[in-house]
Amino acid sequence: MNDPAAAVLERARALVEDRKLSTVTRWKESHPGALAIGHMPVYVPRPLLEAIGCMPVALFGGGDAIDIIRGDSYFQSYICHIPRSTVELALLGDLSPIDGVLFPSICDVIRNLGGMWRMLFPEKYATYVDLPQSFEPDIGGAFYVLEMRRIARELAERGARPLDPARLGEAILRENERRAAIAELDALRREASWRCRASEAYLLVRAGGVLETREHTALIHEFLACARRRSGRPVDNVRVVLVGSFCEQPPLELVRALEKSGCEIIDDDFQLGMRMIDGPIEIAEGEDPLVALSRAYLEKGRDTASRYIGDLVKGAGLVRRVRESQADGVLFAAASFCDPALLDQPMLEAALTKAGVPHTSFKFSENMGQFSVIREQAGAFSDAVKLWGAEGAAP
Amino acid sequence: MTEHADAGARDQSQLTQKRMLAEHFDALAHAKERGRKIVYTFVPGNVTELLGALDLLPVLPEINALQSGMRGRSVGYIAEAEKAGHSKDVCTYVKCDVGMLRSGNIGPTGQRLPEPDLLLLSYTGCFTFMKWFEILKQEYDCPVVMLHVPYQTEGTITPEMRAYVVSQLERNVIPALEKVAGRKLDMDELARRLDLSARAEEDLVRVWESARHRPSPIDGYFGGVYYVGPIFSSFRGTEEAVRYYRELRAEVDERVRQKKGPMTPDGEVPEEKYRLVVEGPPNWTSFHDFWRMFSKEGATVVSSTYTRVGGLYDTGFRHDARRPLESLADYCLGCYTNLGLPARLDLLERYVKTYEADGFLVNSVKSCNSFSVGQLLMLRKLEERTGVPGGFIESDLVDPRYFGKANIENRVQSFLQMLETRRRLGPGAPLPERKEARRSLPVLDERGLP
Repeated sequence: MNDPAAAVLERARALVEDRKLSTVTRWKESHPGALAIGHMPVYVPRPLLEAIGCMPVALFGGGDAIDIIRGDSYFQSYICHIPRSTVELALLGDLSPIDGVLFPSICDVIRNLGGMWRMLFPEKYATYVDLPQSFEPDIGGAFYVLEMRRIARELAERGARPLDPARLGEAILRENERRAAIAELDALRREASWRCRASEAYLLVRAGGVLETREHTALIHEFLACARRRSGRPVDNVRVVLVGSFCEQPPLELVRALEKSGCEIIDDDFQLGMRMIDGPIEIAEGEDPLVALSRAYLEKGRDTASRYIGDLVKGAGLVRRVRESQADGVLFAAASFCDPALLDQPMLEAALTKAGVPHTSFKFSENMGQFSVIREQAGAFSDAVKLWGAEGAAP
Repeated sequence: MTEHADAGARDQSQLTQKRMLAEHFDALAHAKERGRKIVYTFVPGNVTELLGALDLLPVLPEINALQSGMRGRSVGYIAEAEKAGHSKDVCTYVKCDVGMLRSGNIGPTGQRLPEPDLLLLSYTGCFTFMKWFEILKQEYDCPVVMLHVPYQTEGTITPEMRAYVVSQLERNVIPALEKVAGRKLDMDELARRLDLSARAEEDLVRVWESARHRPSPIDGYFGGVYYVGPIFSSFRGTEEAVRYYRELRAEVDERVRQKKGPMTPDGEVPEEKYRLVVEGPPNWTSFHDFWRMFSKEGATVVSSTYTRVGGLYDTGFRHDARRPLESLADYCLGCYTNLGLPARLDLLERYVKTYEADGFLVNSVKSCNSFSVGQLLMLRKLEERTGVPGGFIESDLVDPRYFGKANIENRVQSFLQMLETRRRLGPGAPLPERKEARRSLPVLDERGLP
């Protein structure tokens, strides 16, 4: 029987695999003079870019699609893979539609990559986005507002539209619609995972990295309508939350291998930037939308390794997600040499152990091609949880 | 910075420093019984004058880790942390600290270090700092206060950055410190300490700049880590630091007068053959072996960037009692690893030219992405800008598994031979060809073997 969602998934897959960014090129042709601004993971305020007439383009490296030849010569062997493949793509000319890149504060690798970018491609715009680690509105929030104004001003000097509160308000509304669509997608995964597998959600969310917000929202809605027509029945998999893949992305085949191993990934942090704000960005009556955008990050930003924990209890957010999604366990899937994920992991593991949540961990690289060992490990984890519950799957 | 383990002759300033450190660790060991409060914080972006003004004692985990490395303890501590689930891929300073904590928290003088009353997270130039104190927060039942220092992408401090840091100092950091200290901050006392800092900084800069002489009277990297010890750690803003740097400066001035080279673990360098600039931290587990690879060949490091991670004073910055919080903010913002790569490259170029270096060397350490990412590109760009050849070696801070002595020594000797060849060929000799593909540090397997 034909899958009603096959066509929309195929479109999403093509967008994800389009490493030469032909969608972005077409967008620029239809928006003469407008800028396409790339951004590295995890989070940048995409509505700000849209409001000033730029197309935000999420950059996730080259994955398993390219051989790294020149990119390797810029990085020592103990550096993760995403900066190598990103430099390789740029040196190959695949990122030529991009007029500039934002490097958000996630770790020292991405931060320094921004500095390298300025030296390698001095004709292109490159800047660091210093997301606040103080979450008080009139300290960290005020700093973040100024940081966003700086970026808007610098891009306006390069041809973007001046920042206009009304346009930003509209962009935020569009972002909220997208966020609601992704939330619906996530709910479908949790409630009827046979209608939307993790590997499918991965494609659908990631495709939005090269689409305008409205187009992305439409793509997700189209999928949701198709998915609800899918026939099928629940499978006897364990329900897991996957964490640690918020920056360098695992190959899609790895996600599929996990599914085949008996693990139903019902929640994850793949492409976390699209889900970084938990719920809608609310603009209070008479509030500057830029302040609202800042406030949303401070108050509703999701727990992740690149965000300071403050007075919160480490791992409490993850345990809550496990409970809310009725997951059976957690898979830690960090990219090799990923400082944020790997430094976080022992703390999160401790919180899970204390809460009686089974977990297992492995590392990956975006270009890995063999998944049998991880598949076996995940399969053993799945079996242990099914047979003996939390106690049997204790690490 | 630490005891000069196998040094022969010692300058008076070294003995002074040794006494200062011993007294500090003794004060730490007896802090609780004497009612002193303890604040753990980091070297880059430390606000020692604030702590001193409130009679709080600092503990610096990076210093503990490097001391453990020098005393041969780090390998066991790292193993302890890895056994507890910390990844082989991450910073060995963190793992060394965690392992030390789990092994009784014994400091370099053999005395137990006190637990913190506050963790002051000076988040400056290093992402790992944030994770490090999140980890320590789980180990200790004490509050944490964050001081987020924005990154200098453009190599300049904007008013917005300064205002953000000052706000945090006023609203978060000082109240948290006052709460621990049990009293209000005396701004006059802070100003007095900032004035003392500036005086010590002035003398330190003169010591650094003495390397313009031929021969250089100092080694600005291996010797340099001793020189920055007091000002990096607990003594900035004290009379002791002022006296130490005055004494050090006088010694160095005397060496200049006598045209003497630097003191090394094996005594004075008889002849200065090569003048080098070094980028990146040293390896601590084989520190003296590493130093000897240079000193026995007559190679003196005339300037280094590692000695600027605790403050960049030779670009003109001084703590300023007239604008206390703003000047503390500028200090934090100006630490070397908080500078964007282009600004770091500018600084290296300045050092190569100012100190008339024959070559520069990158010691790329596995543990420190803040330093390491971009160094291969910086190497190429610096060669292009200066016409001076660069060398590249790899090691680690405190994990001896990543210090391949024979391999590193071969690379150092090859580099120095290349400098010798260029010298014979004369000005305009070609730079070495840079191959794009390269092999670097081994990746350890699950057993920790290369």
